Amino acid sequence: MIVKLDNIFKTYGESGSEISVPALNDVSLSVAQGEYVAIMGPSGSGKSTLMNVIGCLDKPSSGSYFFENQDVLKLKDKQLSDLRLHSIGFVFQSFYLMNEETALENVALPLSYAGVPKKEREKRAAEALTKVGLAERIKFRPDQLSGGQKQRVAIARAIVNNPRVLLADEPTGALDQKSGAAIMELFQKLNDEGTTIIMITHDSNIASHAKKSYLIVDGKLLEGPSGQEVDE
Amino acid sequence: MFENLRLAFRGIWTHKLRSFLTMLGIIIGIAAIIAIVSTIEGTNQQIKENLIGSGSNAVDIAIFQGEWEYEFEWSGIPEGVSVISDETIKEIKDLKEVKNVSRYNKRNVFGNVFYKDKNLTTGFIKGVEPDYFETANFSALKGRLFTKDDEKKFRRVCVVDESIMEELFNNENPIGEIIEVDDTPYTIVGVVASRSTFEPVINTIEDYALYHQDDSGTIYIPHADWAISYCFDEPENIMVQAKSTDDMTAAGKKATDILNKKIHPEDETLEYKSKDLLEQAMKLQQLTKSTNSMLIWIAAISLLVGGIGVMNIMLVSVTERTSEIGLKKAIGARKSKVMWQFLTEAAVLTSLGGFLGVASGIGLARIISIVAGTPVAISWPAAIVAVIFSTVIGVVFGIIPSHQAANLNPIDALRSN
Repeated sequence: MIVKLDNIFKTYGESGSEISVPALNDVSLSVAQGEYVAIMGPSGSGKSTLMNVIGCLDKPSSGSYFFENQDVLKLKDKQLSDLRLHSIGFVFQSFYLMNEETALENVALPLSYAGVPKKEREKRAAEALTKVGLAERIKFRPDQLSGGQKQRVAIARAIVNNPRVLLADEPTGALDQKSGAAIMELFQKLNDEGTTIIMITHDSNIASHAKKSYLIVDGKLLEGPSGQEVDE
Repeated sequence: MFENLRLAFRGIWTHKLRSFLTMLGIIIGIAAIIAIVSTIEGTNQQIKENLIGSGSNAVDIAIFQGEWEYEFEWSGIPEGVSVISDETIKEIKDLKEVKNVSRYNKRNVFGNVFYKDKNLTTGFIKGVEPDYFETANFSALKGRLFTKDDEKKFRRVCVVDESIMEELFNNENPIGEIIEVDDTPYTIVGVVASRSTFEPVINTIEDYALYHQDDSGTIYIPHADWAISYCFDEPENIMVQAKSTDDMTAAGKKATDILNKKIHPEDETLEYKSKDLLEQAMKLQQLTKSTNSMLIWIAAISLLVGGIGVMNIMLVSVTERTSEIGLKKAIGARKSKVMWQFLTEAAVLTSLGGFLGVASGIGLARIISIVAGTPVAISWPAAIVAVIFSTVIGVVFGIIPSHQAANLNPIDALRSN
């Protein structure tokens, strides 16, 4: 298993106090290499908290989490940064691109943190942009791109370091239907090439692209219908 | 590092006006310091040049009686002070600060010099060795200087300076004319002038009192001829040429010590003293420095205020760019990377301020120079230190904002979007 969460609890505020808010309640999840998983749920159900835990951005209040057999909860801040840098790619609903930088510079950013030399960075960033169909737009700045193209740039940035897992939080949330469908096609292509994808969405149509889906309700993770079942 | 620099310049360029206003405190502080330092340097150089001329490096060492130079024509030959031996000259010449030494005798003119019916009332008569002119940095304006042959053959020749040429000869060429010095006739063979002439810059009455020098003329006769007109055992003075201007004080002091060890005068107030103009110049320079150091402190306070301005804007910048920081941390930037990025930005901002401050300071110094008539010398070491110092200000005042940025929780930072 590449991602293995067991009995994860996450509570905001002091546990047991009146202001404590339980976000994850005994969540267990295993994702194997090459899987394409969707986690669905309404707003406030805890899906973003789950994504933060899986993405090593947040630590659970209790439980255990192994990423490629590494005990994530024992890692220090530097090691967590390195894990995110080399093994996890993030795609967010609102893209988080730097407006002053070109598409190429945005995509090359993680490579600069990995200490890749400039020429190599540019080469690999251009390859990633080509992969997402933006070879002609590498010198464009985000404000010169459409929403769908911005999300493609964000995906190129997420995959430029060849991560083991691609984590996507509402990747089509800010896009029109056509652009959203194109992004889903791209995810399918990446998954076919072997990238593990964990996608968080509230949209069952989007979730149907995944091969396996889960439902999260009030912090509890439930086995959802398969992609095919959702389609039907 | 280069990536951080690139991002820093891009950030500054994106917010041009804000960056400039942030830099303003640093620019004003550095400009004030550079202008003050340049004015101090200029004044100091002027003092130095006014007092010691430029480049002669000559230190005159004479026998003094208390505070006044000893006068042989009134007091006669002092007991216990002998002529300066060749060994003593060699000893002085061997000093590491000394380039050349030359002996000379000196008396004041008291109406004892005549040219035809003209009588010279004031001035000096010096009996000099052939290398005296070289040592004192004089060159022949007309005719020639003394040769070893003049010395050897006791030729009654003399060299006069421009002042004598003006007073006795109305600036006509005096070469070949004969003047009478204490009843002995001397043929003029040359006119000397200081090789590097200098005009003291006089701005105030105090400057005039300080720099005005006795411009009475001097008649030079060969050292060997001294005994013809005066006394053979009359103690000499020496002219020492130091290797550099900075060596003048040491050369003068050491040579004076050597000379004083050789004499045993009955009159204990008699001693050799160097007329060390460099030391006098340095004392004056010290005075200008201490006066202006107060101004530098005031300018430094402006730098401090500038630094606080930088910190303030950097804190605003961190708040504005919270989501950018969150993203960077999410995609794998370590704390140290984020910290360095903000530190670099602060340092680049203040360094640019430093550069602009130096440029403005030079401009300001030139304006002060034109308006107030004070001299200006741009101190490049001070300019370099100013830029380095402004960079340090950026780093110091950038620490808190950078630390804040580096320690942002990526989830909170992303949520701020």
